[in-house]
Amino acid sequence: MSKSVTDVICPFCGTLCDDLEVIVSDDGKKIEDIYNACAIGAEKFMHAQAPERVKRPRMQQPDGTYKEVSYDEAVEYTAQMLFNARKPLMYGWSSTSCEAQSVGHEIAEKVGAIVDNTATVCHGTTLIAVQDVGIPSCTLGEIKNRADRIIFWGCNPCHAHPRHQSRYSVFPRGFFTNKGHMNRKVIVVDPRVTDTAKLADYHYQVEQGRDYELLSAFRVALRNEPLPETVAGIPREKIIEGAEVMKSGRFGIIFFGMGVTQSLSKNHNIDNAIMLTKDLNEFTKFSIMAMRGHYNVTGSGQVLGWQFGYPFSVDLSRGFARYNPGETSSNDLLRRGEVDAVFVLGSDPGAHFPISSVKKIAELPSVCVDPHITPTSEISKLHVPVAFVGVEVGGNCYRMDNVPIEARKVVDPPEGVLTDVEFLTRVNARLDQLMGGK
Amino acid sequence: MAEYIIKNGFVFDPTQGIKGDKADIAVKDGKIVKSTEVSSKAKTIDASGKTVMAGAVEIHAHIAGPKVNEGRNYRPEDKLFTYRPKSASSRMAGGFSIPTTFKTGYEYARMGYTTAMEAAMPPLYARHVHEEIKDTPIIDEGAYPVFGNNWFVLEYLKNKEIENTCAYISWLLEATKGYAVKVVNPGGTEAWGWGLNCLTIDDPVPYFDITPREIVTGLIEANEALGLPHSVHIHQNSLGNPGNYTVTLDTLKLAEGFKAKNKFGREQVLHSTHLQFHSYGGDSWANFESKSKEVMDYVNKQKNITVDTGCVTLDETTTMTADGPFEHHLTELNHLKWANVDVELETAAGIVPYIYSPDIKVCEIQWAIGLELALMAKDPMRCFITTDHPNAGPFTRYPRIIKWLMSAEARKKQIESFKHSAKMVEATHIAGIDRELSLYEIAQMTRAGPAKALGLSRQYGGLAPGMDADIVVYDFNPEKPHKPEDIEKAFSAAAYVMKTGVPVVINGEIVSNGNKRTLWVKAKVNENPQVMRDIRDKFLRYYSVTQANYDVSSHFVPNPHVIEVDATH
Repeated sequence: MSKSVTDVICPFCGTLCDDLEVIVSDDGKKIEDIYNACAIGAEKFMHAQAPERVKRPRMQQPDGTYKEVSYDEAVEYTAQMLFNARKPLMYGWSSTSCEAQSVGHEIAEKVGAIVDNTATVCHGTTLIAVQDVGIPSCTLGEIKNRADRIIFWGCNPCHAHPRHQSRYSVFPRGFFTNKGHMNRKVIVVDPRVTDTAKLADYHYQVEQGRDYELLSAFRVALRNEPLPETVAGIPREKIIEGAEVMKSGRFGIIFFGMGVTQSLSKNHNIDNAIMLTKDLNEFTKFSIMAMRGHYNVTGSGQVLGWQFGYPFSVDLSRGFARYNPGETSSNDLLRRGEVDAVFVLGSDPGAHFPISSVKKIAELPSVCVDPHITPTSEISKLHVPVAFVGVEVGGNCYRMDNVPIEARKVVDPPEGVLTDVEFLTRVNARLDQLMGGK
Repeated sequence: MAEYIIKNGFVFDPTQGIKGDKADIAVKDGKIVKSTEVSSKAKTIDASGKTVMAGAVEIHAHIAGPKVNEGRNYRPEDKLFTYRPKSASSRMAGGFSIPTTFKTGYEYARMGYTTAMEAAMPPLYARHVHEEIKDTPIIDEGAYPVFGNNWFVLEYLKNKEIENTCAYISWLLEATKGYAVKVVNPGGTEAWGWGLNCLTIDDPVPYFDITPREIVTGLIEANEALGLPHSVHIHQNSLGNPGNYTVTLDTLKLAEGFKAKNKFGREQVLHSTHLQFHSYGGDSWANFESKSKEVMDYVNKQKNITVDTGCVTLDETTTMTADGPFEHHLTELNHLKWANVDVELETAAGIVPYIYSPDIKVCEIQWAIGLELALMAKDPMRCFITTDHPNAGPFTRYPRIIKWLMSAEARKKQIESFKHSAKMVEATHIAGIDRELSLYEIAQMTRAGPAKALGLSRQYGGLAPGMDADIVVYDFNPEKPHKPEDIEKAFSAAAYVMKTGVPVVINGEIVSNGNKRTLWVKAKVNENPQVMRDIRDKFLRYYSVTQANYDVSSHFVPNPHVIEVDATH
């Protein structure tokens, strides 16, 4: 006899769907089926059941093989590594709970580490733009209930945030939008004909790397000022038409992703997109929102914010918090050889950082805390498997619109496997002992 | 538990009418007791030549939650030169107008504040508010969920369904672990969903077809029917606009005819917050002037109203409010970076940095108005000192405001230093006021008064036996001659602070993280299947989270102090 767990939170992307239903075996140990989740989300739950899952910490040997070690040894190695390092990097934090982040920050404060999250290679540029010009935004429910103009700029939710459009942005019937997608006009700006672009009412196939120009052109068009014949490969008439579509809505929203945050111009693109949104508020109501990737990268920014005052790239090595992306950001530190130990939790820099940074991680004392085998775990000296947050342990997470949702525990972790919080708490306690002797 | 006796201080305690007499305060098991009740083992704290008061109570500040944190994250410049490294008993802490949670706790405690209320909690973000409260050391905290633009409230009050409104308030207080009914720009913030606003109390709310007048009176009625510890706590329409004092008076008059009904000793039915922002005359920034007299004349004679000042401190700060349209208006004025969040079915919020410059006439006038309100108050038990932190200035400036209020000389010096002092004097009353508040009146305005207005007078704001042992010793001798600067210095870093019987500050330094509690109100009402069905329906159709994922679980409120109200009948 199986039982069903409802209102389960999906620990995959920033959409943070909270309506999953998971069928669990009677003994509460095995997940049998998942409803409502997208293909990626379902896979995340099923992956926890994989027979090849690593269940004990593993230390890499000089010949590249692994030796299983106990959690005690793993705690000892991690604590010693952080204690002895002059300037350790503690990176990741985006695929774990706020509770774990909090303990991690306490450790970082003690050992004088740099705390950085995945925003550093993702929406960090957005955060910088917000520091320049602010951000008019709203919750996703506002979009569902009010929005009739939806713009996806440099993002492809059909693949990256699969349920975004059905839950919040394009299809749902809300309070003032009772005809669902019939109430809405969808604009997609993307150099590629993505699946998202295919369902748009207007697709602006911008020339690659020319988003800044097109954003500026929309701002010009809003003011009825003259435009050249084409901007960024888009004919003037289409730009004016697009500006009219935006202006004529009752409530509009720009969603944007990696296509603008990590292409040429980076934070300046976002500056301009935010200013376009602000300009549009002269005519109607408009908001803008970053399509955050990891399910709790937003939470990492929040916890760092209330504890230290900065959303990412926080350097605690001088005894007080400093923030200077470009100097205190992970890749810059790694490539300049400024850090002497690397601790990774809840992210996979091995797969996403430039190879020059990855090589540095491989050379340094390093710990990777992750339930999966990842490129990062493969290059780290120590791999500590932990319970899956949102599957085997609960904890708070923040959705892309900063709405906090408490993830649920669905099944027990494999016997003896620690959670992020448990592992970090033990490292923290060991550090207290080590520092007490200092 | 430890026993203490605080000896020979000059005690100021409005709850017992003690006005600076020398007395001993004894503490046992976290409570204040009669001096005879402690044993000879009690630890003695020598307070001779010093001022002793109860821990101060903050009635209105934005110190935890989504907009506060957005303020922190989007203003890295606010941290410049402010950081203090960690110590044996404190975490590293920084920030000026929007300090980190750690710094918030430490700074309040250093000034002798032991309780603080977060003034606007968007219900959907309640979990975030509580996460920050959990990380704010030492001080007891509660948070006011906002109700004035909530779709349930708008729909129920449109049909004058007070009982349903009560049931919804009770449900939301429990779901969000909230403390009181907060109203911000009633109707106007919902209108902001479409980029509009309600600037008088009779402007209809788009679609919902209800007026701010109906929202406020309906919520007062519901609040008193429930008998909650605090009254309706209102930020009125048309904040910050020249000439808005008429709207203010219109709103205050809505309380006429209502009588407080509760078991907590609270007497007001309406708390009007940061009144400084609502006491403006003129019809443009050119002829902008103070209307504090008109407003305070009304407040003074209307016994069922309390107010707090919202004093401008002349700093660079970060404004943040659930009054979304106002922040948009402000960014159009000063062109500084604007953040906004509209929250589905509930509220909105905006953030804009602001510089209250002593070289700008309007800011000088605002400075005067804030102080005038306190100086014109006939009953200091009904007028409280705030800065609407961080809107009119950071809470860390309370000692400076106390200095201005206690010293005409300090005010004169400040007025003379203004760039437009002559024009400022013409537009305000401040230069003609020679009243200097006494320490007793300060204790009323920062301790006994706010505690009473919050319905917490049995445990906070006084030094009578049976109350919580929240005690402050300031290095200030009221019998010796002093300079105005001595007042600010003494109130900035207390000589000794005790929080529920635990010493937390000694000589201005943090020595312990105390035993912080979260206050929330559990109001029991009759079963109301209609409201429960409405709630289910709204979650199914309009919210972006499920109902089961909305409640703040006890995990976020590890040390709760629940105040129970029984409104069943």
